[in-house]
Amino acid sequence: MKTIRIGSGAGYSGDRIEPAVELAERGNISYLGFECLAERTIALAQAERLRDPEAGFDPLLVARMEAVLRPCAANGVRIITNMGAANPTGAAKATAEVARRLGLPGLRIAAVTGDDVLAEVQGGDYPLLERPGTVASLGDSTRSANAYMGLAPIVDALRGGADVVITGRVGDPALFMAPLVHEFGWAMDDWDRLGKGAVVGHLLECAGQVTGGYFADPGYKDVTDLARLGFPIAEVSEDGSAIITKVEGSGGRIRVATCKEQLLYELLDPTAYLQPDVIADFSSVRFAEVAPDRVAVSGGGGRPRPDTLKVSVGYLDSYIGEGQISYVGPGAVARGRLALDIVAERLQLTGVRTSELRLELIGVDAVYKGSGVARAEPGEIRIRVVGRTENMAEAIRIGNEVETLYTNGPAGGGGAFKQARQVVAVVSTLVPQDMVRPAVSYEVS
Amino acid sequence: MQLRELAHARTGDKGNLSQISVIAYEPGDYAYLAEHVTAERVRAHFAAIAPGEVTRYELPGLGALNFVIQNALGGGVTRSLSLDAHGKSLSSVLLELDIPDRQGRKEALLF
Repeated sequence: MKTIRIGSGAGYSGDRIEPAVELAERGNISYLGFECLAERTIALAQAERLRDPEAGFDPLLVARMEAVLRPCAANGVRIITNMGAANPTGAAKATAEVARRLGLPGLRIAAVTGDDVLAEVQGGDYPLLERPGTVASLGDSTRSANAYMGLAPIVDALRGGADVVITGRVGDPALFMAPLVHEFGWAMDDWDRLGKGAVVGHLLECAGQVTGGYFADPGYKDVTDLARLGFPIAEVSEDGSAIITKVEGSGGRIRVATCKEQLLYELLDPTAYLQPDVIADFSSVRFAEVAPDRVAVSGGGGRPRPDTLKVSVGYLDSYIGEGQISYVGPGAVARGRLALDIVAERLQLTGVRTSELRLELIGVDAVYKGSGVARAEPGEIRIRVVGRTENMAEAIRIGNEVETLYTNGPAGGGGAFKQARQVVAVVSTLVPQDMVRPAVSYEVS
Repeated sequence: MQLRELAHARTGDKGNLSQISVIAYEPGDYAYLAEHVTAERVRAHFAAIAPGEVTRYELPGLGALNFVIQNALGGGVTRSLSLDAHGKSLSSVLLELDIPDRQGRKEALLF
């Protein structure tokens, strides 16, 4: 029976680079996917592209390509990634340059575009999913709008002979489902197989999160050799069932428990995992460990895809200013609370306006909030003051009021830190599938 | 006993929602978890930290429960003022939930 081995080389934009090299060199894989595009990254990348038309793709693209292109070319491994961000065409050009530099002529690099729907939705009456309002209500603050495209254009690129496929926004699992559709010839309305493909894609898309990363809890869940964590490989059969495994000798562990955690990660209703190509049902998925670091995945299914595509809309939201400083030893908590009181009063005295303000003790109540105060008192804490403002000047003043505790606040404050930033936030809306028109272009090294 | 003795957990986020899976170490403990880790108990456990409506999805075949907490992330990951904007640490907070001691449970923790 034919099986396809697909590796996952990154679970987020800043992920480790060597595990992908290990997969390319020793994974015996045919495809290597890199999921590197967080929700708001495109909005930030769009701004970069406005400044420089050649920019706007993933900042680590060149470093990753420099690391993996040679072993991938040597072993016939095709790369699929969303590192194109706001500029897949620019990313394809940059990748072709890396290939030339490495002495790898003739590599065919596809850029998948069409996810950018800013012109279509800006000012439109598209309701926001997270809160009341429409895209129009965001007004001039709107900076980007990118639809989660499906796998079809990636398959087109593979059929077109691409060695590397670089997309902007697509559904994360699509990066891994596309080679299955391409290799097995699954029909685009074979909901059962597409649903199973979404299961595989979802298990792979966070890379190390299925091989023992983000899992260890000493004494409860022990994982060996996380400094050399191996990234996953799915060995997928034509019927959509799969084995999840990794390169022999790499760090981490693949167990039924790691697979269950990743299957349910970021899942809402397990019977309705919405993707551009299918509504997948994860509730019937079953795992079985068939050998060390080999877990069999069966079950899962799907039903017809939604009529709409989700669109992430990036907009300029507000400014956030923050300051932190530490207090240690006897009375650390009391000095920290005094410091917070002082900063609160200073912000009032100096007229810093905030629409939201948090004054908290890291080590006591930064996450626990009110429910954290009854615990044993820690010997070291860090105060944190963070507020939302309408302008950068006021955001900066928040961190300054924490920093000035050095010479004006309680005894023994140390390690002050401050930052202020403009917030590009993301909300979502839905558009009809047919609004989005994917396109594929090629660069050859 | 704490929920941690019977189950492991992982948090994910979507917009302003937090999602927390609770997975039994031993499939035989699933019914016990389903009885004691209710949506209402989870809502009360997070009342100070992430006050929002809680929905529970049941996955008996995986020995797991999946909780979705509304409005948990201070307006959403991309604009939240929280130290942990993704709410990643909420899974560990949930594992502190007190549940009645389980009689006859195997001592060894398995994964």
